Amino acid sequence: MRVQEYNPRDWKSHPPYTFKAYGSSVKRGPLKRLVPIQQTLSEITGPLFSDIKLEAGEDDLTRNADTGKEAMGERIIVVGRVLDEDERPVPNTVIEIWQANAAGRYHHPVDQHNAPLDPNFTGAGRCVTNEKGEYRYLTIKPGAYPWLNHPNAWRPAHIHLSIFGPSFVTRLVTQFFFPGDPLIPLDPILSSVPTKNGRERLMASYAHDVTEPEFALGYRFDIVLRGRKATPFEAPR
Amino acid sequence: MRKQTPSQTVGPFYAIGMTRKPMNVMATEATQGQRIRVEGQVFDGDGVAIPDVMVEIWQANAYGRYNHPDDKQEKPLDPSFTGWGRSGTDEKCFYNFETIKPGPVPGNEDSVQAPHINFVIFARGMLVHAYTRMYFGDEAGNESDPVLNSIKNKARRRTLVATRDEQNGKPVYRFDIRLQGGNETVFFDM
Repeated sequence: MRVQEYNPRDWKSHPPYTFKAYGSSVKRGPLKRLVPIQQTLSEITGPLFSDIKLEAGEDDLTRNADTGKEAMGERIIVVGRVLDEDERPVPNTVIEIWQANAAGRYHHPVDQHNAPLDPNFTGAGRCVTNEKGEYRYLTIKPGAYPWLNHPNAWRPAHIHLSIFGPSFVTRLVTQFFFPGDPLIPLDPILSSVPTKNGRERLMASYAHDVTEPEFALGYRFDIVLRGRKATPFEAPR
Repeated sequence: MRKQTPSQTVGPFYAIGMTRKPMNVMATEATQGQRIRVEGQVFDGDGVAIPDVMVEIWQANAYGRYNHPDDKQEKPLDPSFTGWGRSGTDEKCFYNFETIKPGPVPGNEDSVQAPHINFVIFARGMLVHAYTRMYFGDEAGNESDPVLNSIKNKARRRTLVATRDEQNGKPVYRFDIRLQGGNETVFFDM
C-alpha cells in the first residue's frame, strides 16, 4: 500500500533537540541521529476528535474558572488561522491553550513565583477551527515571569498552544509572543529557533480590525502545519 | 508556500492545558480486542526518570484499522475505540495506558507491519516532540516488520520492543524510553 505522505519536518524552522542556552534541554533530547522512515498508514492517520463537543465558555479564559467572576488583567482577543504549508485551511482541529495569569503566575502547584494567583483564572482553554481554519478565543494578556535557567532570567509573556492537525505527523506544540516585548531577545527558548524569520513567525501581530471598542485589544497568530505531498501513483509492476 | 510554525517546549505547566482530565484509559467495556496495560518511564541523559513528561499514543484497533478517513481498508472500525491516548506521569514517574492490543497494519508496497503503538514524547526541556514506536516483545511478526528492519544498527531495534508481564491475568507491557545514553531509544524522522 502506498500512502499520500506529508512533507518532512522543516528543521530550519524547528529548534534542535538540545540547545545549550536552555539548560533543561541539554539532557532531554536525543543525541543520536533520528532514523528516517517512510510514512505509512500509522503516520498519515491520527486523532481527529471529529465528534468533540466543547463546553460553552471553553474559548473564554476570562470567565471559564466556574466562579461566575471575571479574571483580572488586560482582556485580549486572539484570532488566527491554522493552515498547511500550501495555505490550505485545516478545519475542525482542536487547539489547546494554557498560560500564566496577568501577574505572571500559573495555576499549578510547581509554580512558586511570589505573584498573586487569580481565583477567577485557570489559564486553560480550548477552541476548534472552523471550515476556513479560523479560530478565536478571549483571554487576558499573560505577565512575564522569572525562571531559574540563568541569573535574573525572565520569560517574555507568551501563550502555549497545542494543535493536532489531520495526522500523527502534523502534531505541534508551540508558544507565541507579543510584539514589542523587551524580553524577547533575551529568551533562550525562543532563541532556540534557528532562524530570525522562524522566531518572527512566533510573534502575534496587533490586529486593530480585531480590537473591539470599549472591550479588548485584538491579536492575530497564524499556525502553519506540515503540508501534504501530491497523491502518489501506484508503482508499475 | 508558508513555512512551518516552529515547535516550542510544553514547559513545566503543560498539565493546565493538557492533562487536567485523564485521557489514558482508551478501552471501555465495549471495546473489542485483548485488554492490555502499557506503562513505563522516560529517562534523561543522566538516567533519571523524568517527572514532567507527557506521552501521547496512537494505534490501530484490534483488527488493524485506524479510526481515520485515510485508512480505507475493509477491516471493521470499532465505534468504541478512537486509538488515541495521553498520559502524564504518576508520583513514581510512570506513564500508563489502559488499551487493547492493535492488529497488524499494512506497510508500504506489499509489506505488513507488526502490531505497534505510535508514541510522541513531550517534556519540559524538549524543544521539539520526539516520535517513536512500541512493538510487542511476544510478537513473532517483529522479525519481518519493515520499520524495525529499516534500523541499520540491529542492537538498537531492541529499544523499541516492550517486555511482557502479567498483573491479575492482564498483560502489562513495559516500555521505557531513554532520551540519551548508551541505550538511547530509536526516534524517527518521519
